Amino acid sequence: MRVNGKDIELKRGMTLAEFLAAHNYRAELVAVERNGQIVPRAEFGAAVLTDGDELEIVSFVGGG
Amino acid sequence: MADDFKNQLAQVSVGIAGLGGLGSHIAVFLARAGVQHLHLVDFDRVDESNLNRQHYFLRDIGRLKTEALAEQLLKINPALKIKTENIKLTETNAAAVFKADGIICEAVDKPETKAMLVNALFAAYADKTLIACSGLAGAGRSNAIKTRRISKNFYLCGDGESGIETCGRLSAPRAALCAAHAANLAVALILGLEE
Repeated sequence: MRVNGKDIELKRGMTLAEFLAAHNYRAELVAVERNGQIVPRAEFGAAVLTDGDELEIVSFVGGG
Repeated sequence: MADDFKNQLAQVSVGIAGLGGLGSHIAVFLARAGVQHLHLVDFDRVDESNLNRQHYFLRDIGRLKTEALAEQLLKINPALKIKTENIKLTETNAAAVFKADGIICEAVDKPETKAMLVNALFAAYADKTLIACSGLAGAGRSNAIKTRRISKNFYLCGDGESGIETCGRLSAPRAALCAAHAANLAVALILGLEE
């Protein structure tokens, strides 16, 4: 699996929510693009990742 | 300005979510660039502490940002069509608020609200373009501020990491640099100069 341009070995059967937690992302601060589509936040818990996935995880920081 | 450019810039309504250091500058840049339809959304009023970076004046203190900014923009171009909404954006209202806009510039301050807006807008619409901003705090490092295309209709401006949480302060020029990225992209997208 590729995440933000880097190859990452995927543990079998992991959901997006589990992946985010395991990599110290705060789900309420991120937007996730998976294979060209934004994954709705409500689907993080149900979205099972596969080895061919390409993810772009945007973790927002404050300031506006 | 060539007539076809002018016509194209009149076709799209650009929504601006948040009218602080980013959004107030984005609005001014778009107005000067010739975008005709602007939709200004913020719940807040101008505070003295905003004046180090936001496009307001001393006499605006206490006024709604939507009203103070709309007044300035109409001085730049009295023919602008400006819609203002004094509303706090939430997961439940965000999609409806920006229903009529083709391009939305995310310019709010809190990271939770930024992420919420991306999620809410893409859950509701497949055909709108969202330009979000993240990583504009601090000073210097001008060339670290970039525009990146994340997916087909989702772009991110900023350096991606300089938050108010770690940098501690925002300054007018660095916030305006990021605002210029967002506004410049919006203009290019409307003119078909960028995918």
